[in-house]
Amino acid sequence: MSTLTTKDEDIAAKRLSSANLAPIALNLIAFTLAIGFWWGITAAKLVVLPGPAEVFQRAIELIASGQLPLDIASSLRRVLTGFLLGVAAAIPVGFLMGWYGPVRALIEPYIQFFRMVPPLAIIPLAIVTMGIDEAPKVFVIFLASFLSCVVATYQGVISVDRTLISAARVLGANDGVLFHRVIIPASIPFILVGVRIGLGSAWATVVAAELIAAQSGLGFRMQQAQLYYDLPTIFVSLVTIGILGLLMDRIVQATERRLTRWQERAR
Amino acid sequence: MIEKPVQDADSGPKISFQNVTRRFGEGEASFLALDRLNLDVGDGEFVTVVGPSGCGKSTAMNIAAGLTDVSDGRVLVDGKPVDGPGPERGVIFQQYALFPWLTVRQNVEFGLRIKRMPAAERRRIADHFISLVGLKDFADALPKTLSGGMKQRCAIARAYAVNPTILLMDEPFGALDALTRVNMQDQLLDTWNRERRTVIFITHDVDEAVYLANRVIVMAARPGRLHKIIPVNLPYPRTEEMRLSPEFAEIRNQVWHAVYHQNTRTN
Ligand SMILES: Nc1ncnc2c1ncn2[C@@H]1O[C@H](COP(=O)(O)OP(=O)(O)OP(=O)(O)O)[C@@H](O)[C@H]1O
Ligand SMILES: [Mg+2]
Repeated sequence: MSTLTTKDEDIAAKRLSSANLAPIALNLIAFTLAIGFWWGITAAKLVVLPGPAEVFQRAIELIASGQLPLDIASSLRRVLTGFLLGVAAAIPVGFLMGWYGPVRALIEPYIQFFRMVPPLAIIPLAIVTMGIDEAPKVFVIFLASFLSCVVATYQGVISVDRTLISAARVLGANDGVLFHRVIIPASIPFILVGVRIGLGSAWATVVAAELIAAQSGLGFRMQQAQLYYDLPTIFVSLVTIGILGLLMDRIVQATERRLTRWQERAR
Repeated sequence: MIEKPVQDADSGPKISFQNVTRRFGEGEASFLALDRLNLDVGDGEFVTVVGPSGCGKSTAMNIAAGLTDVSDGRVLVDGKPVDGPGPERGVIFQQYALFPWLTVRQNVEFGLRIKRMPAAERRRIADHFISLVGLKDFADALPKTLSGGMKQRCAIARAYAVNPTILLMDEPFGALDALTRVNMQDQLLDTWNRERRTVIFITHDVDEAVYLANRVIVMAARPGRLHKIIPVNLPYPRTEEMRLSPEFAEIRNQVWHAVYHQNTRTN
């Protein structure tokens, strides 16, 4: 076995390095081109927008004054609180829905209904009922991540291969063993896809929620900057939002890879 | 090396199908998949089951495994009616049904873990059966890195590990190429010779059916029923010469006729 795995890993490693280097180089080229284009059109005064240098300088200022880190911290805190609560609620509910038919019949209509309502549309209601502090924002994020994750979890449970269930049963598994040794591991890939989508929608929702009502955060900062026609600050916030979203997605993706290494993949 | 199944008059058959009937669907649209199947299999006997597609082979096996209910009749194992799966009946599925997130050894240990066997003993037993099927070098490999034949051998080791007295195999070698298939047949017989179990083995391959069996059970379709039982009076261990002998060819002819010319002869 050792010979086979090492060989496999060698091949995998080689493929990784040659396959990953090219995209990274391409990414860098694309990034440089975009900055160049941005610099070009602003320097030539084709559009009334701040150039890269100006935005970069504003970013330094905002970091130095401590305002950007503060905004990042409050946005992240909201997102992570709502997201973690949402996932923590979605996984057990998704399992119950997949496992017990009656639970599914009871809950599914509500889930489908709320999925059709954009989380942002809940904000006015949340503000009226929960006040304007943290609660309504965290709640909306909770809802956004809960809804995407619960559906994925329950899809995962109902699509577990029947023969795996039979195989476990004939080896002596009762319901409890079946659940935690077969259903849970077999649905992990689905759950992680749900977590990833959930994090994406949580992040999209927090920024929008802060635009509407907040005293801090990246969305709030943009809202403020808009009042003062402060374009560089808006740019800094936008870029920060993009970078943070990308980082969080990469972390979830890496976790997903680790936890589902056993899966057969097309590539 | 026994010619006849060991079967004392007082101990009775190991497994006994009594008027086993299975109907799918309700009322007019209902379909009789299995019509009053009667069959006794002796302790330590190796029977193979052949018959046209849809004649109820898998249905009969799933009923014996406790994975499907009867509409009428019953299956007795050691004189006791079957009610759900049990550890004394091991099942090997055509689709291997290995848990993809577990290594070969963990798969083989699955049933032992359920029995709450101490880790050291579990490992000793697992390693014994992993060697028996020739997978020693792959004990720590994940199923996705194994070939079809290796996966099926792992499934056999997993079934053997919980020490079942009966093995139910549903076209276990159906997905394998001809060469691997012949190897697997020899390995299976070899394993069966060393650790004698009662085996019911479903196959589409007439050659395979004759090569492995004490008796070949031929079934007929619409409705699924027992058609003919053909004894194979060749000694074990079976060899390649035997496979090419006139005696073998004669039995093979009989089985072939029973399967492919069910309407032209007898009944
Ligand atoms: N769950 C089910 N619902 C309805 N009909 C079924 C079901 N399972 C099996 N059948 C029907 O019962 C009949 C027997 O099926 P079974 O799978 O036992 O056949 P088989 O002999 O194993 O065939 P094959 O050789 O193709 O595997 C078939 O006609 C099939 O359509
Ligand atoms: Mg079948």
